[in-house]
Amino acid sequence: MAAFFAGLFYLAATVLVAGLAVRIRQYAGTPAPLKIPTTPAPTTRGGVALRLVREVVLFESLFKATLWTWLFGWVFHAALALVLLRHLRYFVDPVWGWVAFIQPFGVYAGFAMIAGLAGLWARRFLVDRVRYISTPSDHLMLALLIAIGASGLAMKYVAHTDVVAVKSFFLGLMGLQVRHLPADPLLALHLGLVAALMLVFPFSKLLHAPGLFFSPGRNQVDDPRERRHLAEWAARLDTK
Amino acid sequence: MADVTAPPLREFPVPPALVPDAMAGSRPYVATEKMQEAIGFPGALVDDWHDKAIAKMGELVGKYRSLRVYLDACMHCGACTDKCHYFLGTGDPKNMPVARQELMRGVYRRHFTLPGKLFPALVGARELTKEVLDDWYTYYNQCSECRRCSVFCPIGIDTAEVTMAAKEILDSVGYGQKYSNEIIGKVHRIGNNLGLPGPALEDTLLGLEEDVKDETGADVKFPLDVKGAEVLLVTPSADFFAEPHVDSLIGYAKVFHAAGISWTLSTHASEAGNFGLFIGNYEQMRTIAMRIREAALELGVKRIVVGECGHAWRVAYSFWNTLAGIGSGADDPFARMLQSQLDHNYRQPTHICELTWDLVQKGALVLDKEANDHRVVTFHDSCNVARASRMGDDPGGQFEIPRALVRAVANKYVEMRPGTTHEATFCCGGGGGLLTDELLDLRVKGALPRMESLREIADLHGVNFMATICAICKAQFTKVLPYYGFNRNMVGGVHQLVSTAIRLGAKQ
Repeated sequence: MAAFFAGLFYLAATVLVAGLAVRIRQYAGTPAPLKIPTTPAPTTRGGVALRLVREVVLFESLFKATLWTWLFGWVFHAALALVLLRHLRYFVDPVWGWVAFIQPFGVYAGFAMIAGLAGLWARRFLVDRVRYISTPSDHLMLALLIAIGASGLAMKYVAHTDVVAVKSFFLGLMGLQVRHLPADPLLALHLGLVAALMLVFPFSKLLHAPGLFFSPGRNQVDDPRERRHLAEWAARLDTK
Repeated sequence: MADVTAPPLREFPVPPALVPDAMAGSRPYVATEKMQEAIGFPGALVDDWHDKAIAKMGELVGKYRSLRVYLDACMHCGACTDKCHYFLGTGDPKNMPVARQELMRGVYRRHFTLPGKLFPALVGARELTKEVLDDWYTYYNQCSECRRCSVFCPIGIDTAEVTMAAKEILDSVGYGQKYSNEIIGKVHRIGNNLGLPGPALEDTLLGLEEDVKDETGADVKFPLDVKGAEVLLVTPSADFFAEPHVDSLIGYAKVFHAAGISWTLSTHASEAGNFGLFIGNYEQMRTIAMRIREAALELGVKRIVVGECGHAWRVAYSFWNTLAGIGSGADDPFARMLQSQLDHNYRQPTHICELTWDLVQKGALVLDKEANDHRVVTFHDSCNVARASRMGDDPGGQFEIPRALVRAVANKYVEMRPGTTHEATFCCGGGGGLLTDELLDLRVKGALPRMESLREIADLHGVNFMATICAICKAQFTKVLPYYGFNRNMVGGVHQLVSTAIRLGAKQ
């Protein structure tokens, strides 16, 4: 079992990192020939950075759009961030002070995350417009995330796993060693699902995460009168 | 034509229930062979349209970061689903922005993504069949590219970018839309969208000079092709003879007259509109914009000013510098050729509202606000001005400057309901190349949200004049207002109000 999960996580990590790198290079390498920020837009680069921070941290546009989706979506993402940070304790030794500090909050975040996901999923059944646009993969993605959260919480509250051994396993992986991993069904489920999430990330709608930073509607400076903005393929037309 | 019916005004603005295929029958006329070929597109649907369309999609995804990111990044959150005026007015689920995008995204997934190739049903990937292509033609011609959805999208996905790409692909396989493509042909052939030839334009302008002389006693000129004038005014051709557009043209002329600014129109560039935007074709948009550059160089003007037209202002403000070097700050020889001629103490290009507002602030105009006292005015933000451009130096100037101008010339001013103005303004329902009679039912239904907020303040505050700065808004509202029980004359330009209030010859 340890060997299987070691292989799986090496594969998943490679696919996640390489897949995202390829995507990001593709986005960065594709020209944006026209100035199309959704206005009113910032007129300076600093302003744009602030706009993106507000989108990433507060989901500003979504807040303006629909309060329920914002609430569920924001709670889920914020909780997920906290949960991920909490999991750093499995990868660093000794555990950093602030990671130790957030441990109790991270547990509550696990519940908040599932509540947020449940709210998002409920919309896919209850709101006819959202039901219409939902594909099977939308449902599966939510199921996957909820299962990850639930299996994680189950290890905390239902059937404890040997977290010291788990930590040793992952520290080993980081040093290219395969160490013992507890043969625990909940743990196997949790790790398997996380690996699956990492594997589908670069090929799915989870690309909305890097996508936001490359969205010309949000990341462009509103200065078309002051500076000539020209893509390479468009510049060639000038000399024809 | 199908029956044209206005939906009832909603008491509470809740989203409508879904009515699948409600607008499946609403399609504009297809461009004829002649119109298509005149602007370099295949005359009719080509035999290998499927492969051509997929290849074109691949090309566009490589040329436009917007399209590539927007096709990848949607997570179907539903934030946009109740934001489109056409959805609110029709209930057709394919008019929800995400569903409209999905018509193309499904095909993109099938051909350009791994999961779409492996598990099409799972991720909503679809083959591009003739039915899907027809759906594209139907529903991408029910998007006015107004960008309201993009304001609310957490990723900033702009359906207009997808619609433009779809129209570009449709054109490239010989499935173009008559209204837009015929007009683009006219602008190349004659110089303006309405096909008004030079001599007719000259006549019209002379007639306007006489009218204004009769009305005010002042010798207000409407100069045409005057070399060495300071300002080149580029305005939508509807301003030359359509009602109420012409009243704003008279307003611009009075402002130039009162401020003593020498100006000219151009026969070569007798059109601010640029329908190349609507069909998403960069080369067309560039060729059309080049007319302005050529006219400016030919006439030797120092300033370029744009009249009341929404999408034209988007193209002028956001794209002219890119497309034709009309602007400031360039260091390449192509753009410098024009930019070294222009006076950079002024914004290049300048919106007519910026110009007039600057003059008002300097006290250069004599304004009699009481002359507009028979009007209770509101202001309709035009989509392209609101969400795709700016005026003045600060973000949001595109909202504040026209309002400041209206308040400077009229005493009675009322805002429409928040959430229907500024960046959240509703499209008039006729933009994006949809201002054609065979789409009237769609246009009437798409105007619903705007009509609701207008009705509210008309009943509460007696608003009887909706000012706007867009030729398409003016034409569209003139047509659809009666379907909602309003007088068609209650729409007009901001410079129509200026024209009423301005006093000529009294200063100095």
